[in-house]
Amino acid sequence: MPSTLFDKIWAAHEVEPGLLYIDLHLVHEVTSPQAFEALRLAGRRVRRPDRTLATADHNVPTDGSLRAAQIRDELSRVQVETLERNCAEFGVPVYSLGSDRQGIVHVIGPEIGVTQPGMTIVCGDSHTATHGAMGALAFGIGTSEVEHVLATQTLRQSRPKSMRISYDGGLGFGVTAKDLILGTLGQIGVEGGAGHAIEYAGEAIERLSMEGRLTVCNMTIEGGGRAGMIAPDDVTFEWLAGRPAAPDPLPVEEWRTLRTDPGARFDHEVEIDAAALSPQVTWGTTPGMVAPVTEAVPDPHTPGEERALDYMALEAGTPIEEIRLDRVFIGSCTNSRIGDLRAAASMVEGRRVASSVAAMVVPGSAQVKLQAEAEGLDEVFRRAGFDWRSAGCSMCLGMNPDILAPGERCASTSNRNFEGRQGRGGRSHLVSPEMAAAAAIEGRFVDIRDWEPAREPEPVGTR
Amino acid sequence: MDRVAKIRGPISVLDRSDVDTDQIIPKQFLKRVERTGFGQYLFYDWAKEPGWDLDPNEILVAGRNFGCGSSREHAPWALRDYGFKALVAPSFADIFYSNCTKIGMLPVPLPEEEVRALMAAEEAEIDLEAEVVRFAGREVPFDVDPGVRHRLLNGLDDIGITLQAGEAIERYEADRERVGPVTTGL
Repeated sequence: MPSTLFDKIWAAHEVEPGLLYIDLHLVHEVTSPQAFEALRLAGRRVRRPDRTLATADHNVPTDGSLRAAQIRDELSRVQVETLERNCAEFGVPVYSLGSDRQGIVHVIGPEIGVTQPGMTIVCGDSHTATHGAMGALAFGIGTSEVEHVLATQTLRQSRPKSMRISYDGGLGFGVTAKDLILGTLGQIGVEGGAGHAIEYAGEAIERLSMEGRLTVCNMTIEGGGRAGMIAPDDVTFEWLAGRPAAPDPLPVEEWRTLRTDPGARFDHEVEIDAAALSPQVTWGTTPGMVAPVTEAVPDPHTPGEERALDYMALEAGTPIEEIRLDRVFIGSCTNSRIGDLRAAASMVEGRRVASSVAAMVVPGSAQVKLQAEAEGLDEVFRRAGFDWRSAGCSMCLGMNPDILAPGERCASTSNRNFEGRQGRGGRSHLVSPEMAAAAAIEGRFVDIRDWEPAREPEPVGTR
Repeated sequence: MDRVAKIRGPISVLDRSDVDTDQIIPKQFLKRVERTGFGQYLFYDWAKEPGWDLDPNEILVAGRNFGCGSSREHAPWALRDYGFKALVAPSFADIFYSNCTKIGMLPVPLPEEEVRALMAAEEAEIDLEAEVVRFAGREVPFDVDPGVRHRLLNGLDDIGITLQAGEAIERYEADRERVGPVTTGL
């Protein structure tokens, strides 16, 4: 019987019905301390430290601190130190502050190459679906399940239903992977993927870079989907070749079988016209409350939408391009990879951040930061007036000092515009890195497809 | 884990949809390394709104897609710590649903119109054994995964159950486990 990519990975990992073997367990400091503590109390060990990898990301300051002891916030410091201590005690490798492999857990997995096609991957973090972009089955779990995986290397899971989202046509100029997934959320809604493992397919997906695919799968959870995945192909293999944890040579022939067979059936099929998508901007307090940059804030139709407009201090009918901003955040597990930073830098080079805007760039990992600095991107951002930071989750959720003040309005490349997500009373608009960069320059949203302001000449003597 | 069988009493109502876990327990409270003590921070920002009123009854009735967003188990911990033992809504986000069942809190999905009717009732009885919710003289069935039901009714620990399958896991590792990546060798 023809089977889907999801079917193949699921079948290869079922120890017994409903019990899945986990090939890789990623761990971070926020959702793991209670799990390690429970193991300790029960006298249990970590069954497979060699299939477990930890990093510190949610809580870390982005000020260049190189040791946990330098974290000023006491609770944050204790949490990072607890992670380091737990990993030492249980033999789990950890890339904490100061490691050149530290970074956002969903950035470092693909970067080190521990994320590979055909794997089952879990993490106590809802954005774990990111890793599905490389042809893996990856999903977020809670702390009790973290404990379960640490103890048994397996997870009890009811089998999700399957959905395929197929994109017709390619993305237009200036329309990115972020716009593709935001546009998708606008169409299927924040519950549209609930209970499903989603495969993204079609021309627009095949043409995306690996980084773009990671962005798409990353936001699967914002549509309620349990896992998002993309069949591995040459783009995937080229990304993985030579990475520290990638096999050499890559088992490319085996990996090519990891695709949905012709005629395989999905519980749901959705088709989306990729060519019709424009750059997207969220206007509300769920990622599904989104509109093309060319349109206006819509009329509210539900109590939730009314509440959202009230919270966001927006009036229906206001053109998106007239929304003015106080802050710009380029970062997060959605959009902080080197490709994202290159794209944003190309928009700001030779230009200046508007005087009314405070803008920051937070690379997704120490490696991304090093690479960007080797390419001179840090200088491009700094010269334009951006704050250039060190790796971490940062203002995506504001567990560290990077937060919005009440009432501040932010263009953010992150994944959630929930009330207070980036700081109590803060107002978040989700966009692509290119849209965020242009918004920083103009102080308001612009349609980057017809935006070409003059660049300042290079200052004398700088190169 | 405590056994869950019947939960009966007055209900609390939160008539909002897409209640995300950032609202249930904001990030500044995720820095604790314990599982307890989160109840005092439940709905921390919303609780400051004028007219906010959420009694710590045992049953909370809410709008659809309850618990969406972050996978933080701190959200169910906070709800339970506050006093809730069962949640009723038209739908729950997947990870949140699963997290609830791991700590002995019962999420009950009911059709939207039944949830609306329940919101108008004063009290209810949730009977996990019979898989029904009783209120206003009516009995409405709900779905629950048989494995989850068994575990909740008997207060069983998931890990304990899985460790009984230890031989099957060892067999899988011997015969079917994929080669690498080995994280300890990087």
